[in-house]
Amino acid sequence: MTPPSTLPGLSVALSRTRELAERRRRFIPVSMAGLVLVLLFAAGSARYTGFLEPQVALNLLVNNAFLIVLAVGVTFVILAGGIDLSTGSVLALSAMICAWLLREGWPPVLVIPAALLSGVVLGAAQGCIIHFYGVQPFIATLGGMFFARGLCYLISTESIPITDPLFGALAQTRIPLPGGTSLSVGAVVALAVAGAAAYVLHRTRFGRSVYAVGGSESSAMLMGLAVGRVKVGVYTVSGFCAALGGVLYTFYIASGNSLHGLGMELDAIAAVVIGGTLLTGGFGYVLGSVVGVLTLGTIQTILVFEGTLSSWWTKIVAGALLLVFILLQRALAPRSAR
Amino acid sequence: MSAQMRRLMWPLLVLAGLLAANLAVTPGFFEISVKDGRLYGSLVDILHFGTPLLLISLGMTLVIALRGIDLSVGAVVAVSAALACEMIAAADHPGSPATVAAAVATALGASALLGLWNGFLVAVLRIQPIVATLILMIAGRGVAQLITGGQITTVRSEPYRRIAAGDVAAVPVTLVVAAATVLLMWLLVRRTALGLLIEAIGGNAEAGRLAGIRATGMTVAAYTFCGVCAGLAGVVISANTGSADGNNAGLWIELDAILAVVIGGTLLSGGRFSIAGTVLGAVIVQSLSTTVYTMGVPPESALVFKAVVVFLVCLLQSPRFRAQVAAPFGRGRPPRPAPTGPGLAPSEEDAVRPTATGADEPGRQEVPR
Repeated sequence: MTPPSTLPGLSVALSRTRELAERRRRFIPVSMAGLVLVLLFAAGSARYTGFLEPQVALNLLVNNAFLIVLAVGVTFVILAGGIDLSTGSVLALSAMICAWLLREGWPPVLVIPAALLSGVVLGAAQGCIIHFYGVQPFIATLGGMFFARGLCYLISTESIPITDPLFGALAQTRIPLPGGTSLSVGAVVALAVAGAAAYVLHRTRFGRSVYAVGGSESSAMLMGLAVGRVKVGVYTVSGFCAALGGVLYTFYIASGNSLHGLGMELDAIAAVVIGGTLLTGGFGYVLGSVVGVLTLGTIQTILVFEGTLSSWWTKIVAGALLLVFILLQRALAPRSAR
Repeated sequence: MSAQMRRLMWPLLVLAGLLAANLAVTPGFFEISVKDGRLYGSLVDILHFGTPLLLISLGMTLVIALRGIDLSVGAVVAVSAALACEMIAAADHPGSPATVAAAVATALGASALLGLWNGFLVAVLRIQPIVATLILMIAGRGVAQLITGGQITTVRSEPYRRIAAGDVAAVPVTLVVAAATVLLMWLLVRRTALGLLIEAIGGNAEAGRLAGIRATGMTVAAYTFCGVCAGLAGVVISANTGSADGNNAGLWIELDAILAVVIGGTLLSGGRFSIAGTVLGAVIVQSLSTTVYTMGVPPESALVFKAVVVFLVCLLQSPRFRAQVAAPFGRGRPPRPAPTGPGLAPSEEDAVRPTATGADEPGRQEVPR
């Protein structure tokens, strides 16, 4: 006869194992994305000398910091079952506002909040139009994309250089890491944003509501979750991230131009999808989006190292990768999440 | 019929407003004259330059009616234009009609294949349309640049130029092509049961399947049709400029086309479409661009203007917004949606959620109580 005290222990252990197995299953798309990233990197290292330097890997973060921030914001929207096409334009608008206000003589400590505020306001406005008036996210954010890009043209049709010393210092400051390597401020900010996003999504009420709304909006509403707050919230987060991406972009490129970030919203969406997040919402991780961005970045680095390959191969390879990942997801994702 | 007229009323009003604004600024806006045996005038120009958009919007209508979306049409435009121009440029006799016919046929054939590929991904592999077509949207432009070798291919071929600049009995060829496509599509889907079947599958795929409709074949056919339409648009665009630019041909035209379809009253959630609405939507989007020029709106504010009109049309189509405008003090905006009431209506028509129930569609048109 089993002592009564071990029975609950056994059942706890059993449910624990089951939970672990389930969790492992949920991590498969992300781990596959990570595996492909490692394989790509290994292939690059095998083919080119000087590829396996730690700094090459860190430069992936440095060169794609703005895209990581963008993708993290889009992850919120996609997890909640929406889509945001406006991020590339909002990035351009934020960069443009930075450059313009600096030229007008504003102090940089005011310029950056102003740029971030523009993204928050635009994102919240889109969220309100989507939630309160039932306009489809695709169309509403398409309008937002036109609007933000249009505002860029209104500010200036020409490129505005940024000569502010603080921006220059922020762009050039390197945070030294062991082994003679270093990271830029932008890369550190991007990693911090990704970490904060992961915390918000998994450890706060808002984050759990995002997953719930993405899984089934009507169920979430019947459970009494604040669906409206979540829907407006995710677009606001995405707008904020896009604006922050714009600020990081100005560090990287030191100018404001109305043509910045053309088509970048698609790169961000592609990175999110490659990272294993389902476009139907409710399933995915921020980590996946970061891996997705790094994968796209690795392809680009390989093309740079190859030298003879033309830029259009990036697009073709990215498209092919997208296909592979989607097929993988279909094969591996839990049935309920499809 | 009256229900359809009611749905078309808002787009019609917007178009009338746009045209009236143009007429107020340019008194001769409605004048149409015949010069050198060809029709001239602003209205003709709108239709002439709007043909590629109209063609793509028509294809997009069927795809959207099936609860899908095709983001790759712009890339297909680029591929088709690149193929046609490269073939003509490489031919021994670029000016011979046979060369041009072969080039156009190749371009359309390749576009059909690309459409077929999209349809295969969506209908057979059951990938979400927005992702499935995103693949080709990204890769397609790369393929187009691969075909042209990264250059802008220019062609000097009289028959090819005529596709855009020629005329049939004073009517520009582009208008003839557009009218023929509209007529063909109308005959195909409205004079047969095809349109009904498409609406049935789009409204509720499971119910359609139980009713014995072969959804797979229908979906593949719709995407293929959309691909051919995009290919045709690519031919028209490249004939118009006499060149193929893998990077910029048909850039963002997919967004304009989706906009045109939505303005025309076709729901992104599928199950209902209107050919007349799409034609109207495409004409509105094109007149918008024309208006920007004739009204003397500075080019730098053209996009903001366009965005404002987009928001306006979307909001006008939202029953909630109309109710609010009609009765400013009747009903405040609730801070969060109550479990009963209008909050439910917008929640279920998400563009990227093909799993949403089909029952939400009629509810959208009702003014909230």
